[in-house]
Amino acid sequence: MVKMEVHDLNLWYGSFHALKDINMKVYKHKVTAFIGPSGCGKSTLIRCLNRMNDLISNVHVEGRVLLDDKNIYDKDIDVVNLRKRVGMVFQKPNPFPMSIHENITYGPKLHGKKKGLDELVEEKLKDAALWSEVKDILGQNAMDLSGGQQQRLCIARCLAVEPDVILFDEPCSALDPISTGKIEDLINELKRHYTIVIVTHNMQQAARISDYTGYFYLGELKEFNKTKKIFTNPDNPETERYITGKFG
Amino acid sequence: MKGVLWASALITISFLVIIIGFIVYKGAPAISWEFLTEAPRRSGRLGGIFPAIVGTIYLAGLAVLVATPIGVGGALFLTEFSKESKFTRFIRFGADTLNGVPSIIFGLFGFAFLVYYMGFGISILSGGLTLAFMILPTVFRTAEEAIRAVPRWDKEGSYALGATKLQTIWHVVLPQSISGIVTGIILGLGRAAGETAPIIFTAAILNPVLPGSIMQPTMALPAHLYTLTSEGISMQNAFGTALVLIVMVLVFNLLVSLIRKKKALRR
Repeated sequence: MVKMEVHDLNLWYGSFHALKDINMKVYKHKVTAFIGPSGCGKSTLIRCLNRMNDLISNVHVEGRVLLDDKNIYDKDIDVVNLRKRVGMVFQKPNPFPMSIHENITYGPKLHGKKKGLDELVEEKLKDAALWSEVKDILGQNAMDLSGGQQQRLCIARCLAVEPDVILFDEPCSALDPISTGKIEDLINELKRHYTIVIVTHNMQQAARISDYTGYFYLGELKEFNKTKKIFTNPDNPETERYITGKFG
Repeated sequence: MKGVLWASALITISFLVIIIGFIVYKGAPAISWEFLTEAPRRSGRLGGIFPAIVGTIYLAGLAVLVATPIGVGGALFLTEFSKESKFTRFIRFGADTLNGVPSIIFGLFGFAFLVYYMGFGISILSGGLTLAFMILPTVFRTAEEAIRAVPRWDKEGSYALGATKLQTIWHVVLPQSISGIVTGIILGLGRAAGETAPIIFTAAILNPVLPGSIMQPTMALPAHLYTLTSEGISMQNAFGTALVLIVMVLVFNLLVSLIRKKKALRR
């Protein structure tokens, strides 16, 4: 089942054409990975999926991005509501300088939730595989956690607003291998209930955790296929050169 | 070479020590409970400076009350609601220029515009507004720097959870920049409390009673000090007044460094 669809998407930063005619699908309850060398547009594309690029000045977008068959770039779309449905976890763990508890309840409180916050905190921290490590220090400042814990807290924080889709923008690039492993296991768990898109620098990571993979180069989507296919028998010789490490 | 630099540093701090030491030495004999709590008598030759202390708090307080919302609002506009353009650069340039305008010019403007043209008369309102104009650039620019220092990823984290711009400003941007903003406000407060030129035409008189409303003139510490000295009324009381004023300003500066220290510990 298709959750999101990108149609003829083009994006410019000023006069720089950063995304060129992108067409692809994001399947429900699957993990879709974007790979490619730095500056190829993969982060730019993922930030189109929840319109995070709106925050950057000088960005111009053409084309359509459908979420459940509705174009999120339509004029009548409420961006705030969109971002509730399409959550995001960033490259650098970015918990707010508040307590762990407040980090989780930040989103739900903004959207009017007042009761059952403690239960929510426990549930989401468990979902993010962080509960056992922080259950006794919920009042402590989140900045005191380790990088890997902070990133899992950011995932829990994202889960707390109950999105359909979660975008991960290189979530492990600032983490050590053990923390990375935990995040990967978590993504594997999360895909049962959520649709996941992940940008990664790490091809092995894409191979390990994703069901579909898109290979980007210089703003173009060179190939989009099942991950197994991409890593064993890609259609595009350029993809093969990249994943075999001959280039990139 | 290092010795020369060391001497420069030493000279800088020694001026502070000498000035404060001198003020304390000359002013301390004037300080008494009566001096702090009583109105002046015989033009300040006798009695205390209580109305001047209260007046200074009114004037500086009003200045900060007016300058803070405008300064912080303007800073938020520049950082969160506008793209970098000729217009924003012009505003910033204007604020910096305003900061360089001599304080006596503010006094003259306040006298002509507020006291006469607006008809506020010689009053706390005129003086407080004049001081507000004077400290506005300080509040504005410090707030702008503080708000700009809030990292982009913290704001994005909030937006990504479906927060609106106002919610993000309220819950993420302001809490993280508040110590910087307060620093600017307190610096402004200190400056407003200490300046003489903007208030001698607009607010300050030698009047031994407390003002009843902001439409009335008031005594103020720096202006009282000026009168006591220039009229040769009482040097001892002048130094006493100076000591009270300098303690007030030092307390403000101390607050600023406390806030900065607390902030440095935070991250």
